[in-house]
Amino acid sequence: MLKDHAKIIHAIALSGEVIGRKKLQKMIYIAKKMNFPFQERFQFHFYGPYSEELTLRVEELCNMGFLNEVKEQKGGYYQYRYTLTEAGEEFLGEHSVDMPCLGDCLGDINSQNARFLELVSTILYFDSLPEDEVKEKVLTVKKSQKYTDEEFANAYQYIENLKGMARQ
Amino acid sequence: MAYSAEKLNEEKVFKDPVHRYIHVRDRAIWDLVGTKEFQRLRRIKQLGTTYLTFHGAEHSRFNHSLGVYEIVRRIVDTVFAGRPEWNEEERLLSLCAALLHDLGHGPFSHSFEKVFDLDHENFTRAIILGDTEVNKVLTRISADFPKKVADVIAKTYEDKLVVSLISSQIDADRMDYLQRDAYFTGVSYGHFDMERILRVMRPKEDQVVFKQSGMHAVEDYIMSRYQMYWQVYFHPVTRSAEVILTKILHRAKHLHEQGYSFKHMPLHFYSLFEEKVTLEDYLKLDEGVFLYYFQIWQEEEDEVLKDLCCRFINRNLFKYVEFDPAREYKKLAKLSQLFVEAGIDPEYYLVVDSSSDLPYDFYRPGEEEERLPIHLQMKNGELRELSRESEIVDAISGKRRTDHKLYYPADFVSGSEEIRKLLEL
Repeated sequence: MLKDHAKIIHAIALSGEVIGRKKLQKMIYIAKKMNFPFQERFQFHFYGPYSEELTLRVEELCNMGFLNEVKEQKGGYYQYRYTLTEAGEEFLGEHSVDMPCLGDCLGDINSQNARFLELVSTILYFDSLPEDEVKEKVLTVKKSQKYTDEEFANAYQYIENLKGMARQ
Repeated sequence: MAYSAEKLNEEKVFKDPVHRYIHVRDRAIWDLVGTKEFQRLRRIKQLGTTYLTFHGAEHSRFNHSLGVYEIVRRIVDTVFAGRPEWNEEERLLSLCAALLHDLGHGPFSHSFEKVFDLDHENFTRAIILGDTEVNKVLTRISADFPKKVADVIAKTYEDKLVVSLISSQIDADRMDYLQRDAYFTGVSYGHFDMERILRVMRPKEDQVVFKQSGMHAVEDYIMSRYQMYWQVYFHPVTRSAEVILTKILHRAKHLHEQGYSFKHMPLHFYSLFEEKVTLEDYLKLDEGVFLYYFQIWQEEEDEVLKDLCCRFINRNLFKYVEFDPAREYKKLAKLSQLFVEAGIDPEYYLVVDSSSDLPYDFYRPGEEEERLPIHLQMKNGELRELSRESEIVDAISGKRRTDHKLYYPADFVSGSEEIRKLLEL
């Protein structure tokens, strides 16, 4: 019980601080695609893979006092930062989560920029398609981003590295 | 005449309690309604276990799918028609996608998908692209048409305006189910002025926006979403039925994995238990099939499966208490231990249900590019996010509301004073 909540707290604890809900969504999605057992379901929304379950779970964790959320004004929008609270640490101490290698993966994902993570997560979303179709699909749904061949190559390389990291 | 342009000799209409009439002129739409995959939706209830709380909620995904089609038809034929931002060639695609958007839903789909790790969107795509009657109709329009329909439903189609008709913060899907669910449950919360919303809708590049003058109608719709969630969708009694249903499926799967010999072989479930579900297997499943097994499992040897099925069939549901995980998670561990000592398996009989178990997308403006918000078009043409203009929407979208309940079988725990004390009964 509350195992799925504990996994999200664990992910944020390992990441130190996550800046942005969008980034948190991408981090958990990419980790899930690396076969870490997160249960949240993702669907493709206007801007990429998105999980309403994750949004709500994070909201619950903030309400429970296990996560600290800081809201900042950024241009015409708000941006949110997440860190673990003491109560969250205590909760985690009593709910062990066994996901070896998650810390290395999340640390690496968290250090990447938003544009790149958007490309990586979108490629992963279409990973059941052949590689040339994936590219065509990404260029269609992310037309405005104008990703280059070099960025695609870097993203594929990055995914391979992450898979290796997740397997260790 | 090309099949895509073919019209019926005279318009067909379906009587509908929400939209009064659903109008069909396109031959392709009429043919799609007649396919066996679409007819299957008559046997999948729109609101799953809600009928155990609101007895009128027996309406199906068939009713809802026709309703979504009708709303999109009104938008493309009356609101968007002739506007330069709208590509008339996308009309039939929009109608087909609206009609077929829920095609892959399974029986009691929320619990079912969770237990067997399935996704109805994948099955929607598989039905549209596979060897099915639906695929044959769509292929008559053009060879690439099934793929286009599947892409619109998956929200990955290139024309995002078409996608946003059935999938955005204010779309035909939500506008139909809010009104339909309110009608069939009999509650008074889900009503809003849809005609007004349709009149103030405008296509704008890749999204639908709303004229500023229609803001109050949009506010009403947002309030309706909010109230329907708490009053109907997340009703604690419905959640109790959902908890039991989930546990039945878990138990049956567990027994199969343990080599248990069922009195009546659950043939329809084998591919689910073994996670090898083909499209053919999937299309044989409906709520009638599930309820048949729940009925006969009441006579199984396994006490847990038998008990859970009796509870579901006879509506002897779990009771609940409010639960605050932050303060009470240690109490939960103690309760689990007491349940074990009393011979009650906490895995099946002590369940925390959280609002995130049934996610419902409250309207939130969110971060930049988190989700596409609702935009109002001001008189000078500028777009403004709804909560920046509406105090009502700002008030509810900024408010966090989450909920957790602890479910248990009252009849099983009545003899244990210690458990009753911890549950504060």
